[in-house]
Amino acid sequence: MAEWETIKPENKALGWFEERLPILSLVHNVVGPGTPTPRNLNYWWNFGSLAGLMLVIQILSGVVLAMHYTPDTAVAFDSVERIVRDVNYGWLLRPMHANGASFFFIAVYIHILRGLYYGSYKAPREVLWMLGLVIFLLMMATAFMGYVLPWGQMSYWGATVITNLFSAIPFVGEDIRTLLWGGFSVDNPTLKRFFSLHFLLPFVIFGVVILHIWAKKVSDSGNPLGIEVKSGADQIPFHPYYTIKDAFGMGVFFLIFAYFIFFAPDALGHPDNYIPANSMVTPDSIVPEWYFLPFYAILRSITFDIGIPGTDITFISAKLLGVIAMFASILLLFALPWLDTSKVRSARFRPTYRWFFWFLVADLVLLTIVGGRKPEGIYPLLGLLGTAYYFAHFLVIMPILGFKEKTLPLPESIANPVVKAAE
Amino acid sequence: MTMKFTKNIAVALIAIAGVAGAASASSKADKEPIKQVWSFEGVTGKYDQAAVQRGWQVYQQVCSACHSLKYFKFRNLAGMGYEDDMIKAFAKEYEVAGEPDDAGDETVRAALPQDTFPAPFPNENAARASNGGALPPDLSLIVKARHDGANYVYSLLTGYSDAPAGRDIAEGKSYNGYFKGGQIGMASPLSEGIIDYEGGMPATQEQMARDVVQFLMYVAEPKLEDRKHMGFSVMLFLLAMTIIFYLSMKKIWKPVKEGKNFYED
Repeated sequence: MAEWETIKPENKALGWFEERLPILSLVHNVVGPGTPTPRNLNYWWNFGSLAGLMLVIQILSGVVLAMHYTPDTAVAFDSVERIVRDVNYGWLLRPMHANGASFFFIAVYIHILRGLYYGSYKAPREVLWMLGLVIFLLMMATAFMGYVLPWGQMSYWGATVITNLFSAIPFVGEDIRTLLWGGFSVDNPTLKRFFSLHFLLPFVIFGVVILHIWAKKVSDSGNPLGIEVKSGADQIPFHPYYTIKDAFGMGVFFLIFAYFIFFAPDALGHPDNYIPANSMVTPDSIVPEWYFLPFYAILRSITFDIGIPGTDITFISAKLLGVIAMFASILLLFALPWLDTSKVRSARFRPTYRWFFWFLVADLVLLTIVGGRKPEGIYPLLGLLGTAYYFAHFLVIMPILGFKEKTLPLPESIANPVVKAAE
Repeated sequence: MTMKFTKNIAVALIAIAGVAGAASASSKADKEPIKQVWSFEGVTGKYDQAAVQRGWQVYQQVCSACHSLKYFKFRNLAGMGYEDDMIKAFAKEYEVAGEPDDAGDETVRAALPQDTFPAPFPNENAARASNGGALPPDLSLIVKARHDGANYVYSLLTGYSDAPAGRDIAEGKSYNGYFKGGQIGMASPLSEGIIDYEGGMPATQEQMARDVVQFLMYVAEPKLEDRKHMGFSVMLFLLAMTIIFYLSMKKIWKPVKEGKNFYED
């Protein structure tokens, strides 16, 4: 951790305030000119600030939408249509918020994959990594509940499928489900509590983001070489160098985001959610939003009970096993700092891990495809294979690879290649 | 050894991805919608105002007998190119429920521009009772609520045919290859010349279907043109901003690229 610099503003009033609450010093030392940062961060390091920005956009657009939305099963769908048709710029706000969720997940997924590639989760950044996973879990809960609010067919049936999962938990499952529903099926109380929690959780996320940035300040940013900062020559001030680089990245990201809002606002949604919720009609296939598809595929891939073969004795039902697999697929990431036994952080110097990283990405693409299809024909088998490979990657390949792999020699320092090349 | 292992896994993953890509989702209707070119598609797409107006005429004279438009208000006609006094005149032809009178009895009054287009049936049961048990869906969002909606609605309206051999069609139902399951409660609604277009356009089935799709798309998204129009300005602004950020970044980063040491030890 770099030395903490104290800011003394020349303006008297500002100085008076700063003495009592050193907020300028905080910014200066965390994302400002007084924040030494590795000089070799590439564009993959842009996605943290982009994810933060998307959180702010979601909160701002969401607060305005909440002023016009009505969480009541009788009028929720109508109120969303009213927003789009009659509220000033409602036609802009709603797709901004709906597509904003997708782009928030895009930023976060790239941010997480960057961490996997460059070993950002390794010591001394384990807590930083785990706080990120907490944010991810909170985001998933928030996004799921947000998708229920328009009260279309996918909202209703998605809520029904996901809340029913909890009933698989032994002993307390049924009670948890009743608590989530606020009754005996997905209904008005469910919609109201989901709205309340959907409003609350983003602010919880905001709090954890602050802890996440704090942990980043303590352990400093990692970098593409995965080696520690050795001297001042390895570093440059965060501001203006990374602020301007983040600004450029933001411009590019927003161009793509804006394209979706203005020219393809429904491309990432499902047409069935333009049909009002109807508990008497089940849609042809119930699919979650694209960002949940890999986990949905894992959930559905388990179709066998575990018990004593040849008897009716079942220890774990297929349903419970699927739920366990789905939650475990994320929870095991908390153990990743210890599952990965390699001393080398960056995949740049891990030629074999580099292959496995891209296999994992391919596996996630496969699971995304499987999650979006009906469980017929070849898909259940593909889902099972994809699920097995996902767990094998973290539980078998990562621990073994650390011992077996011949890593490449690490460079002397971050500055060395950079500085030498310029001379 | 590890290289061979990784290669095997690579081959397996590529094979799996190939199979997943090749097997396409099974279709639920007998036929895929016919692809049509629509003026409102694409980044510069706009409604064809004359077609939207003709479609409105088709809706009024044919569809509205069974299908409601619960999100469509008379004032939305303004976006279709009608003047205020014309809209008032349109609305006046319809009756809607008014406030209870002084004695508390229900009243009816002529519709005003802020009123919703009246529904043909007072409730779902009445709608089903008049349609052999089938519920004619509200059409406000129909184009958005179906996969490939514009082409789907066009294909459905023009896609009635005799049932394939061996397919039983229930009494009062019709066969339509674009409808899920093939059996539809609605008889072919657009027969040639069923309406007289103002302006003398020949009312073929294809023409009426195309026009009513234009109208229903407008009803589903009255703000489509505003959205695309603003999209251009926003994209242009973002592009300029991004270029400025890029050039600033190149200039600011120059000393870093030249290897400047900011923290002399």
